[in-house]
Amino acid sequence: MLPLSFREDEHAMTQKISLNVNGKTQTIDADSDMPLLYALRNDLGLNNPHFGCGLAQCGACTVHLDGAAIRSCITPVSAVGDGKVVTLAGLGTPEKPHPVQKAYVEEQVPQCGYCINGWVMTAAALLNRNKKPSDADIKNALTGLKCRCGTHMAIMRAVKRAATMMG
Amino acid sequence: MTKMEKASTFSRRAMLKAGGALVVSIGMPIGLDTVLAINTAYAQGAKPPLTPDQLSSFIAINADGSVSAFFGKMDMGQGLFTAIGQIVAEELDVPFKSVKVIMGDTATSVNQGGASGSTGVQNGGKQMRVAAAEARRVLVEMAAQKLGVIPDRVTVTDGVVSDGEKKVSYAELIGGRYFNVQLDWNKQIGNGLYAPGKAKPKHPKDYKVVGQPIPRDDIAPIVYAQTDYCTDVTRPGMLHARMIRPAFAGAVPVKVDESSIKDIPGAKVYQEKGFLAVLADKEWDAIKAAEKLKVEWSDVQPPFIDQKVLYDHIRNAPVRKQQVEGKPTGDIEEAFKTAARVIEAEYEWPFQSHACMGPACALVEIKDGLVTCWTGSQKPHYVQNGISNTLGTPTDKVHAIWVVGPGSYGRSDADDAAMDAAVLAKATGRPVRVQYTREQGTGWDPKGPASIHRARAAIDASGKVIAYEFLSKGFSRNDVNTNGSQPRDTLAGHFRDVALKSGDNFGVPAESYEFANKRMLWETIPPLLDRASPMRSSHLRDPVGPQIHFASESFMDEVAAALNVDPIELRLRHLKAPRDIAVIKAAAKKAGWQSRPSPRRDQTGTKVSGRGMAYAQRNGTTVAVVADVEVDRASGKIWARKFTVAHDCGLVINPDGLKHTIEGNIVQGVSRTLWEEVKFDTKSVTSVDWLTYPILDITEAPETIDVVLINRPELPATGAGEPSIRPVAAAIANAIFDATGVRIRRVPFSPDRVKAALA
Repeated sequence: MLPLSFREDEHAMTQKISLNVNGKTQTIDADSDMPLLYALRNDLGLNNPHFGCGLAQCGACTVHLDGAAIRSCITPVSAVGDGKVVTLAGLGTPEKPHPVQKAYVEEQVPQCGYCINGWVMTAAALLNRNKKPSDADIKNALTGLKCRCGTHMAIMRAVKRAATMMG
Repeated sequence: MTKMEKASTFSRRAMLKAGGALVVSIGMPIGLDTVLAINTAYAQGAKPPLTPDQLSSFIAINADGSVSAFFGKMDMGQGLFTAIGQIVAEELDVPFKSVKVIMGDTATSVNQGGASGSTGVQNGGKQMRVAAAEARRVLVEMAAQKLGVIPDRVTVTDGVVSDGEKKVSYAELIGGRYFNVQLDWNKQIGNGLYAPGKAKPKHPKDYKVVGQPIPRDDIAPIVYAQTDYCTDVTRPGMLHARMIRPAFAGAVPVKVDESSIKDIPGAKVYQEKGFLAVLADKEWDAIKAAEKLKVEWSDVQPPFIDQKVLYDHIRNAPVRKQQVEGKPTGDIEEAFKTAARVIEAEYEWPFQSHACMGPACALVEIKDGLVTCWTGSQKPHYVQNGISNTLGTPTDKVHAIWVVGPGSYGRSDADDAAMDAAVLAKATGRPVRVQYTREQGTGWDPKGPASIHRARAAIDASGKVIAYEFLSKGFSRNDVNTNGSQPRDTLAGHFRDVALKSGDNFGVPAESYEFANKRMLWETIPPLLDRASPMRSSHLRDPVGPQIHFASESFMDEVAAALNVDPIELRLRHLKAPRDIAVIKAAAKKAGWQSRPSPRRDQTGTKVSGRGMAYAQRNGTTVAVVADVEVDRASGKIWARKFTVAHDCGLVINPDGLKHTIEGNIVQGVSRTLWEEVKFDTKSVTSVDWLTYPILDITEAPETIDVVLINRPELPATGAGEPSIRPVAAAIANAIFDATGVRIRRVPFSPDRVKAALA
């Protein structure tokens, strides 16, 4: 499953690992147990997924793996295989925004914004499988994510707005 | 360029020239000599010194006519970029879109205090208003001379000065050159800095931009993953560092086994007394090295008390300083002697953590004798001082650049990370990026202080409150200062043997209750550990405000209940300040408050609901909150379902930004009230992540927050970043009492505690 090849230099522990991120396949040298987060941030220059806890407790590092929201801070890079990774930068652009992103701007959700990956990527994954979520559906999908600035009210407004756009 | 373009990405000089070549228009009808004289007086190519007495330190007109506003305070996500842009655009009569606010870079802005005490608009905006007004005055004078008319005869529209026929733009007048205009500086730096010119700012009735709900244009770049946070800055040749903190507070490393990390490529150790770090070229290697490094720590006595006796400790601890605030009225002791009845209560508030969304991160590079620090600290100018004092480098050789961080909410761990990075960059000769772990972010940030609060009221035979006394007793709010400008205030100092020097500061309620006899005072006690301590206290959003007003506004309710009076009715009997009365009435009206005493006494069953209110002032702002809560008597779980907030902060600059700021305050306030408590044992802090230091989850968030903004354009704009968090805890406590008849006097109102209280 993994295109592995051991190097013989001082970095004997590292492996060549191919990652498909935002539609592009790139190969990196890394420890197989290194979390995907560090591959994205340091090896692929996609510094948007954030380090919040390294414990899968906050969501700041969330990306999509084959459409599902996962915590990249605890996902070993070797576990990604040929799965397709999408980060917030790959979800949408100002020219072609994902409805959750568009709704986030319209509702002026973020304060410091550091938590955004968790909320937007998880909400996007929810709306992919449930076009008409109830308030309870949204809260249940987003439970466990952290926002220290307390933007929860605006988050709810934005996700509901995005659902309307998609519906 | 967007409103939040980073000052770090371009030089001030380059920016002034952006948009085209220098334009110096010389036209009729005045002569060349006059034009040159005016230009010499008001404009120049070389940059005047970056001092508060220079207009150029705040405002520049770029060659393309856009305006740069250099701001020495920071936006922590509450929309200050927008609010300041609106104030500057308003006074200059330029389009909002043409103003770029550049903040938090010590090379481009003077020290206006950073983010501090909700003064971004209150003090910072006040200064930017007079600076922009002065710039307009000067530009109008230059234009009038150039057009050959008197200044009173011209109008300014979108940065173009016209007498009705002839016109000249700001860009033509000065674009690309600096103002050479002296301001009347009050010689203060920080929050108190004020430097007006000769101009009189606009009358609020003429406002077109101020007061509008203009959206934040720093939001889209966040949402589209285009914003670099302080965690995202890199430099060539950079080392990744992780700090190693003792598991036993007060312990120091006695033996560090470097061979334990020899298998990790490039990993190295840096130790200086108790200051210990690992560094590596790759971040993952630094993380592994931090995990694997074997350290033998010194034996020390357990530095902390058992958490079970925290409040007894505060009660019994020797008072280090006592201060009576304000002027007591009447004779409090005599009044209590004559009272027909005395009502007394005591309230308890735990240590709380900033628990920022991400632990702090900072990067320091030392190149050609210049130290550059990229920091998420809300006070980069003090980081500049701190690095200067920590490394012994002259201040003018230190450049601190604020880059938005993972939240802040006061004196967080950000200042510590900046100093750690500075020490390591100097030691290694390479740029060093320090990223704290979650455990360090929550475990080792300066804490909001724990406290107890005693209130008593004397009632006469007719049921009138004749005396009121309020006492706060707690750990100081300033074991470390509110900024990291001195080594005694940061962990890099403490671990390198600079003693922690705890200052004395607490507070009393901010309200306008009038009683014939009234006294309010505070007392501080010594810190638990006078060295590097995970329990050192400092400012946490609305420093000591939530705890004090939890107590004082709960107590007002207790008095009302004891007298069988509606809680708002009791407050209004004793309040005299018209704005305080107005916010309470506005909140009550919007919430549909029915006058009756608490508790309700009409509910049976497991789930009961209640309503409660609280109000507080904060530095010119006044806010009243009504909370509607549901209590599950079986589980002890509280749902603060609905809030109604009436908020008066004088002139409203941006109602939309203000509403978002208030919502954030309320939600963070609910979190601190229901969940937040630093846990510790005798060795160290044990609440070190989101499981052990839980905050409010979205499933527990309010359903509704109704905000009533009372705009008072005739009054100065005061703060909004903190006032509305202040009354939240008491409003919830009062609502729980209304629902259940049970008074909870200790925060947080966690389910187990509520359940026990209701049993």
